Amino acid sequence: MIHLKGIHKTYNNGSPLHVLKGIDLDIRKGEFVAIMGASGSGKSTLLNILGILDSYDEGEYTLAGTPIRHLSETRAADYRNRMIGFIFQSFNLIGFKNAVENVALPLFYQGVGRRKRNQLALEYLDKLGLRDWAHHYPNELSGGQKQRVAIARALITQPQIILADEPTGALDSHTSLEVMEILKDLHRQGLTIVVVTHESGVAYQTEKIVHIKDGLIERIEENLDPQKNPFGMSTQMK
Amino acid sequence: MLDTFQEIYGAIMRNKMRTIATGFAVASGLFLIIVLQGAGNGVINSFEANMGNFSFDAIHIFGGMTTKPFEGIKEGRFIQLDSRDVEMTERVFPNYVKDVMPSLEKSGLIASFGQQHISAELMGVRPSWAALDAVKILQGRFINEIDLQQKRKVVVISDSNAKDLFPKEREVIGKALDLSGISYTVVGIYKDEQMSNERTFYAPFTTIAAIYNYGRFINRLSMTIHHIESDTVMEQFMDEYTRAASHIHSFAPDDKRALWIWNQAGDSIQMKKAQNILHTAFWILGLLTLVSGVVGVSNIMLISVKERTREFGIRRAIGARPWSIIRMVMAESVVITAIFGYIGMLLGVFFCEWMDNTVGNQTMDVGVFQAKYFVDPTVNISTCLIATVIIVVAGALAGFFPARKAVKVKPIDALRG
Repeated sequence: MIHLKGIHKTYNNGSPLHVLKGIDLDIRKGEFVAIMGASGSGKSTLLNILGILDSYDEGEYTLAGTPIRHLSETRAADYRNRMIGFIFQSFNLIGFKNAVENVALPLFYQGVGRRKRNQLALEYLDKLGLRDWAHHYPNELSGGQKQRVAIARALITQPQIILADEPTGALDSHTSLEVMEILKDLHRQGLTIVVVTHESGVAYQTEKIVHIKDGLIERIEENLDPQKNPFGMSTQMK
Repeated sequence: MLDTFQEIYGAIMRNKMRTIATGFAVASGLFLIIVLQGAGNGVINSFEANMGNFSFDAIHIFGGMTTKPFEGIKEGRFIQLDSRDVEMTERVFPNYVKDVMPSLEKSGLIASFGQQHISAELMGVRPSWAALDAVKILQGRFINEIDLQQKRKVVVISDSNAKDLFPKEREVIGKALDLSGISYTVVGIYKDEQMSNERTFYAPFTTIAAIYNYGRFINRLSMTIHHIESDTVMEQFMDEYTRAASHIHSFAPDDKRALWIWNQAGDSIQMKKAQNILHTAFWILGLLTLVSGVVGVSNIMLISVKERTREFGIRRAIGARPWSIIRMVMAESVVITAIFGYIGMLLGVFFCEWMDNTVGNQTMDVGVFQAKYFVDPTVNISTCLIATVIIVVAGALAGFFPARKAVKVKPIDALRG
């Protein structure tokens, strides 16, 4: 599903900063992967490159058989729209749109009619237990609710990959757990999920942990028993 | 389409203050341009209304007195125009001259009817004189071609003279009038403009020529001109004309006094120039205010786009193409400018109407006649449309450039912003 070979990335803000120094990584369809590392290790940059939000300088990146290199911004937008679902630490909901409108927005950019996309958005919100909050605005929702709206928005286009950048970073431990349960559930439904985190508690709920240090993959750890994690598996998804 | 408007509506309602600020800049710009245009038109129209009695393409030539000796003839000789001048004008200057008409003037006559007597000036004219001198017929008709051919003794008199001569008569047309011993039939009454105490009695040119034995002589040669749009061409034409006339009457070609020329057309060129300058000045003023409005819009769109960088980042992350973002911003800008531009335009038009109803009706008494100094201070629809189109295009551009700049950054940078 994802194939990275020799990815390099250097930022040029005054003095050049070599962030990624040759990343080789393969992620198969249906895998649940965590990218872990300290801040400044390059893990977020890697995720941004995976999500075609950022460019890379060297190497090759293939997403679902499509080489991602020198794409026009229009085509990149189409790939993001149809293949990738984003979940951000800061939710990134649009403040002047209510939950339904936020969730339906990706479909707007696919040209789906208003009635149909709002209906679909409502279904997804329902699945995430937010039916009663569908017409609330982001500032009327709790952090966990916001993240669930963002997840619904990521899912509505039925993407092949979910990219989550510190999805629990802004949440308390209880809601963090809820969000991770949702991701695990999505994984069970066959979605490919990549989570960037610096919390080992989050990372150890995935199946494969990629440790990044100073722009290089330090080691890849297979986590065969995700039950063995600091949080446990007692809580069921709401 | 509905979705686009929903998006615009959302964005506008989200920041009402900004929208109002933009709107105010645009509306005041259009308001000012319309009011300035209206005021300018008012002044220009008043020019025209006050000068309405003159024909703007006429030149009248009279015989003058020579001031230079020529070929042995001393200066101080009177030049008498005659039919050769008419023939020469038609033959030599067909490019500039539309129509030529000679006329005869006989002054110091007494017009009588019954016990009424008034002094009169008789003018022998051709039918086309009515158009040239803007003679307005109130009753009956003007001199016609048949009068001319048959040398009829008919006369057209002014309404004030008609009142003086026929105080008791109901019907003046058809009455016989005595003009220093010769009887004429009144066939028409024309309007005496306020500007002069009109004593002129119009009769057929041929009749006067025959009665008073003018032979081939004429008093005045009038012509209407065309294709002369500038002072230089006019000057050149007048020089050539004088030279051509000097051959007929044997005076020095550069003798400016040999012919006395009353050039209404030249004055009208000057006036048109002044009008054009006025018009241009008002347009420039209006455009400058419009530009300030446009600058206001661009500024606000720039800030607006900057504020929304993160929102655009989110939209792009979930799949908005750059063009759809640019289109959204432009549509927003155009809708704001169009709506507020329209409001400003309407207010401007109402203000012009108000001016028309107040200042427009005031008259200024200059003694001899009354003049309006503000006539119909309104703008035509094309001015409104041009101004609106300019502001909408400006609005679109004001949205386009910042939006394009905004989508040029990488989505991830926009998200961080």
